[in-house]
Amino acid sequence: MSAPFRTPAGGHVDRARPLRFTFDGKTYQGLEGDTLASALLANGVHLMGRSFKYHRPRGVVAAGSDEPNALVAVYRDAARYTPNLRATEVELYDGLMAESQNRWPSLAFDLGAVNGLLAPFLSAGFYYKTFMWPRKAWDRLYEPLIRRAAGLGKSPTAPDPDLYLQRYAHCEVLVVGAGPAGLAAALAAAETGVRVMLVDEQRALGGSLLSATDATVDGQLAKDWLAETVAALAAKPNVVLLPRTVAFGYFPHNMIGLVERLSDHLAAPSAGRPRERLWQVRARAVVLTAGAIERPLVFPDNDRPGVMLAGAARTYLNRYGVTPGRRVAIATGHDGAYRAALDLHRAGVEIAAIADVRPESGGPLVRAARAAGLPVRSGCLITGTKGVQRVTAARLSTIDGHGAFASDMVACDAVLMSGGFTPSVHLFSQSRGKLVWDDAISAYLPGEAAERTYIAGAGRGQFGLAEALDSGWAAGAAAAGQPIARRFAVEALEADAKGVVGALPHDRGRRRKAFVDWQNDVVTSDLKLAVREGFRSIEHIKRYTTTGMATDQGKTSNINALGVVSDLLDTPIPKIGLTTFRMPYTPISFGSMAGLARGDLFDPVRTTPTHDWAVAQGAVFEDVALWKRARYFPKAGEDMETAVRREGLAVRNACGVFDASTLGKIEVVGPDAAEFLNRMYVNPWSKLAVGRCRYGLLCREDGFVMDDGVVGRLAPDRFHVTTSTGGAPRVLAMMEDYIQTEWSDLQVWLTSTTEQWAVIALQGPNARTILSGLVQGVDLSPQALPHMGVVEGRICGVPMRLFRVSFTGELGFEINVPADFGRSVWEAVWAAGQAQGLTAYGTEAMHVLRAEKGFIVVGQDSDGTATPDDLGLGWAIGKTKPDFVGKRSLARPSMAAPTRKQLVGLLTADPSVVLEEGAQIVLTPNPAPPMRLIGHVTSSYFSATLGRSIAMAMVSGGRARMGETLYSPVPNPKGFDAAIPVQVTSPVFYDVEGARVNG
Amino acid sequence: MLLIPCPYCGPRPEIEFVHGGEAHIARPPVPADVGLEDWTAFLYLRTNEKGVHAERWRHTHGCARFFNALRDTATDQILATYKAGEARPGAAAVQA
Repeated sequence: MSAPFRTPAGGHVDRARPLRFTFDGKTYQGLEGDTLASALLANGVHLMGRSFKYHRPRGVVAAGSDEPNALVAVYRDAARYTPNLRATEVELYDGLMAESQNRWPSLAFDLGAVNGLLAPFLSAGFYYKTFMWPRKAWDRLYEPLIRRAAGLGKSPTAPDPDLYLQRYAHCEVLVVGAGPAGLAAALAAAETGVRVMLVDEQRALGGSLLSATDATVDGQLAKDWLAETVAALAAKPNVVLLPRTVAFGYFPHNMIGLVERLSDHLAAPSAGRPRERLWQVRARAVVLTAGAIERPLVFPDNDRPGVMLAGAARTYLNRYGVTPGRRVAIATGHDGAYRAALDLHRAGVEIAAIADVRPESGGPLVRAARAAGLPVRSGCLITGTKGVQRVTAARLSTIDGHGAFASDMVACDAVLMSGGFTPSVHLFSQSRGKLVWDDAISAYLPGEAAERTYIAGAGRGQFGLAEALDSGWAAGAAAAGQPIARRFAVEALEADAKGVVGALPHDRGRRRKAFVDWQNDVVTSDLKLAVREGFRSIEHIKRYTTTGMATDQGKTSNINALGVVSDLLDTPIPKIGLTTFRMPYTPISFGSMAGLARGDLFDPVRTTPTHDWAVAQGAVFEDVALWKRARYFPKAGEDMETAVRREGLAVRNACGVFDASTLGKIEVVGPDAAEFLNRMYVNPWSKLAVGRCRYGLLCREDGFVMDDGVVGRLAPDRFHVTTSTGGAPRVLAMMEDYIQTEWSDLQVWLTSTTEQWAVIALQGPNARTILSGLVQGVDLSPQALPHMGVVEGRICGVPMRLFRVSFTGELGFEINVPADFGRSVWEAVWAAGQAQGLTAYGTEAMHVLRAEKGFIVVGQDSDGTATPDDLGLGWAIGKTKPDFVGKRSLARPSMAAPTRKQLVGLLTADPSVVLEEGAQIVLTPNPAPPMRLIGHVTSSYFSATLGRSIAMAMVSGGRARMGETLYSPVPNPKGFDAAIPVQVTSPVFYDVEGARVNG
Repeated sequence: MLLIPCPYCGPRPEIEFVHGGEAHIARPPVPADVGLEDWTAFLYLRTNEKGVHAERWRHTHGCARFFNALRDTATDQILATYKAGEARPGAAAVQA
């Protein structure tokens, strides 16, 4: 085996299965079972990345999801390029390609490292200060510079071709984290027969047991107990084991979000195999056994490649058979590092020194290290490292009674550090459980839970193996509702829980960088600066210095940052507070969140019965709410403008046919139907005769227009209500609200019939002629069916509700037939109309036609602050009605203010100029800023009928300005000097007397 | 995602529901008799409780009915749900 730092035996790697991979183009060999980080370490590669701000060379620090430094991109092709993956979590496969990030031109030689020289300008809050002046430099210099420097990694350049799935699941007990506590919890819960899910972010279940050496459980070696336990759990039909699955979020009512990685670990995933699966699991109880995260020490130059966490080094050794170096120095404030020292010593690695910051330490692990002859230095701290791209020596110091430092350099090729362990309380905190500071172990621990949550093991400060197993079992049993205790017989050397928090003292001056947050390049002096500038709350300090705000969410840094601030403010940590933990625990992909909701499946698509016909005619569609509506029907060579002019003229001069099926339709039925409509709509309904229609206007309780539509009375107790296309669900919900919660005494029932009726609008002078040959049992004469009449009958032999209504100003009918007959009736109308110049028109021509008549579209001409009167629709209000929704609000004084915006028409001086919808209206052509804006354009089109542009606008006091000239400023690169003069007119531009509807 | 016990359908996931704002704000029977300040309060003023809050929900994608819930806005725990028109459950009922 060629890898120089691979041990001859041991670990959970398969030595018979070597794998080749590349990192930054160079080929290396690893083993099946490696992570990218362990394989690189086996080859002696510690340098895996450059830091975010200073571009300092960085090595791997951790062995799991807490890794702050070794962020890499892994790729298969242009579309499968995933940046910002932790090399410690990337499972090696044959042919894996990875590259480092945040460096140019190469990892070893990065020009960005010049930032290190600029460090004095890049201190905490630098972006608030350095780039402030001169103001002019912002657009051209600072912003492009910052944007280029911002962010980590690169995005893939092609759309993600992979499949991401999502599923829901339910269980009684969900266990997060499959270390000893989690395994015991799952065992206990599973024995009661309830449904159990056990998830772990790693490829293998076991957590710390995967790195265990000589500990025993119930008389078995830990690794054997692990294998047996996993097999036992896997054999239970009520247990689901989910390795490679991160529990990223703890949502209310015990909903846990999981992302399961399904194929990123495979050399050649089979086609169609999903890449990830998002699980949304509702658990009756959740057991959190997420373990603890080792704390780095904060000392000068603690970020040199080769400096890593002691526990990580032990994991690399025991799980992957990899040593971090040949001669290591260990700096610690916690017993745990001795475990690494002992294991490495046994593997033949020279232990140069164990610098223990504690003056006295006498636990069993320390005694074992002394007994093994390891060079333990009590009361000794690390105050620096030497080396450029790899550590070459550690500076170890003692402090005498007068505060004087005595130091020596200890040659080494790796430094292992440990400040102790921080319980992983992320998910518990996300669940809104309360955290309590525990002085004995210097950590926040779970306190009162907000959900049915149980916590066990290191996640609640029970670090010992026996404690973890016992508390895990107890939690699992309690979560399953059968609290039966069990004791595990464990033999292991246990560490004292207490460690050190905050920065170590040193004599290296203020300029030496002691990193607190590796990923965001936050050093102790940044925290000092923040405190010196008056920041006190940790939430503010966090935002000002960005400590803990990187993609690792401060897994390794938060508690040390608190410790540093605590020392600076001379305030105990619990008084400083704690920043909020948020989901996701580790970054998750957009693909997993999107799932199948991409492309055609992004949103539901609603199509009308004539959709396929319109497609065959070459219609161009637009999205209106979820509907696909035909926007125009271009003939060969026509652009939209030409087609819309042709369609509009055809309606005015012959006849047009339009699919209005998307209109919302509600059947309002019951003895109190008319009374209900009286209360809902501004209009009066009691006197509306059967067979007649009325334009209905609906306000919210605040008096502003919410929707409109024609309502036809089919029987004394039955109304056919129409709404706008987008407003249908809102209107139905509002009506239901009043029926159910305010007027439950009314005998009235609502049914949505939007999708039951196909609506074919036939509009134009020839409409009656076309229709006459198609209907049965219906008298189409103006006397029998006048404008705003409705009749039931048959067309082409199928049932029909025929409305004589017009949204174009022309003689018009809206033929309602059951949706299943929509296509055939449409085609019959189409065939009958060919001799009459019948033309299909789309929503664009519809808009022009209705604007020529000054008909509003709610939501386009109104915006939620318009009253009926503002829109010129005050006539619709039933003046004698005692009450309707919105009536009281319309009586508020402000609703009658003369300065309210009112609907008017605008005509440009140049008839060919079409105003922009949304454009502002001002009083003078070139007012000096700030301009007084008195209105805005709501609808604007070129009217082929009138041969000129027309526009509708909401203008302050508009109806009193008839004939006035106003201006619409048009911004251009030089200013606003191209204002368009417009004349205020009535919004009705065509057939003002309304004669044409009578055809 | 909340798990909301609809009084008609039992516990269902939040995506089936639409929130309806604060509960027990009855529309005055004769709005015309309501003074301007009281009407403004009816329209716009809400308690914005931190703690137990009575609020309306509609099981839009289920039974389509409106009902009320007592939810602790600080913890999101739902203490009780009850039908529209019923009185707000007292503290004793919520404890039970």
